[in-house]
Amino acid sequence: MTQSQVLSRERVGASSSMAVSVRGLQRRYGSRVVIDALDLDIRKGEFVALLGESGCGKTTLLRALAALDRPDAGTIRAPARPSVVFQEPRLLPWAPLWQNVALGHENTIGRDGAARALAEVGLAGREDDWPRNLSGGQAQRVALARALIHDPALLLLDEPFAALDALTRIRMHGLVKELVALHQPGVLIVTHDVDEALTLADRILVMRAGRIAAAFQPKDHAPLALRPILLAELGVRTH
Amino acid sequence: MADLTSTRNSYVTSHAPRAGISRVVLYRWLSWAIPAIVVQSWEAASRIGLIAPQVLPAPSSVFDTAVNLGRNGELFVHLGVSLVRAAAGFVIGGTIGLALGVVVGFSPFAQALFDRSIQMVRAIPFLAMLPLVIVWFGVGEVAKIFLVALAVLFPIYINTMLGIRQIDPKLMELARVIGMDRIAVVRRIILPGAMPSILTGVRYALAHAWLALVIAETLATTKGIGFLAMDAREFLNTNVILLTVIIYAIIGVVADALVRLLEARYLSWHANYAKGARK
Repeated sequence: MTQSQVLSRERVGASSSMAVSVRGLQRRYGSRVVIDALDLDIRKGEFVALLGESGCGKTTLLRALAALDRPDAGTIRAPARPSVVFQEPRLLPWAPLWQNVALGHENTIGRDGAARALAEVGLAGREDDWPRNLSGGQAQRVALARALIHDPALLLLDEPFAALDALTRIRMHGLVKELVALHQPGVLIVTHDVDEALTLADRILVMRAGRIAAAFQPKDHAPLALRPILLAELGVRTH
Repeated sequence: MADLTSTRNSYVTSHAPRAGISRVVLYRWLSWAIPAIVVQSWEAASRIGLIAPQVLPAPSSVFDTAVNLGRNGELFVHLGVSLVRAAAGFVIGGTIGLALGVVVGFSPFAQALFDRSIQMVRAIPFLAMLPLVIVWFGVGEVAKIFLVALAVLFPIYINTMLGIRQIDPKLMELARVIGMDRIAVVRRIILPGAMPSILTGVRYALAHAWLALVIAETLATTKGIGFLAMDAREFLNTNVILLTVIIYAIIGVVADALVRLLEARYLSWHANYAKGARK
């Protein structure tokens, strides 16, 4: 076992144009290296998609950025409190929607602030409704409102649309694009879905065996040309 | 007449819903009619002498007894004493059970410290403790309240602990991401999340408390519903015995209604407890 390198998590100043900056990140589970010497920069307002097969370490990376997981080595310069949207909406079933949106900050945000955030995601006037009355897509909208209400410098999305039906997913893509354009956070979305990455991202990273194996800028490629390339990177052959 | 049969729609709209509602009403009537008929037949059988009054007095004569005992205030004194005993035991046992449940639910260390011992004591049917309780506390008020508290403690403890354990760890993770402090986590996530389970515990505890009270009040007492029953037994006063049985039943129903009120207040978010969902 080698000695761990100096590990630190620094706060990014409000003036910095960088939402997150990662250098030499490493994470091991026992002897298995899940993330290996990984570097990553995301600017504010930039939408980055992280593609990869299950078990490639992409969720571990997201959890490290969210400070939910402690890396073994490397530095992460990230905001003290990035916002996260998980695959499940994770709403409190016993709290009305406005309290879910303002959760933990009810006094500073207040009912009106939460109502504005709900209106932003197309749920105006639903502040006193219960989570059980929401569809899957609506619940995920509330989760999005809860994440964006703090105007985060970094927004982390962990396969947030994977459990939604195809049509709802397309609508959510449009909504997320609008909201990101409005709030200008740096965004990292972890996904299995190549088309989702192509629709949303300014930059697409492919992760393999704990490293970033390839990076693409969709704007450099003709529409539809990048899709088979990405699929090939993920080990799916198309003819 | 011609209107009704001329179109299919008017037939459907004028008859189908009414038929549906009347069936619901009918079943509701039926569910009350059966006990009413039983009581009526009992009354009739007593009046014509089919049932001896020492075995089972007529409902009307039990009612008269209740009115008499109520008029001279005796009934309410005994009822009050019984309720105070139950309330004292419930508060003491419930508080200890809730506190232990919260601590053990939260902390694996506290679990290691307390849980096995509590589970061992829980395995004893609390009524088996009766002789020991008499040796410890005699047959006074303390023994009775202790017995009720003992009966209440375990259901509250178990359900509080399980309720806290069952809280989705993903919600706890969310609390970390959002940066909630400990007090907010307890207030916003842990207590409301454990509430359905805690209230289930309260329901069980109330049932156990009554059982304990009935037994405890058969010990030497001079006041309480149990005393009323024991005293009446001495004089073969079946009217009063039957009255005490009915009073215990009414108290049980009222207690259950109180828990339902709490559920309606605290669990309105829960589909299972939403209006009308629970019978």
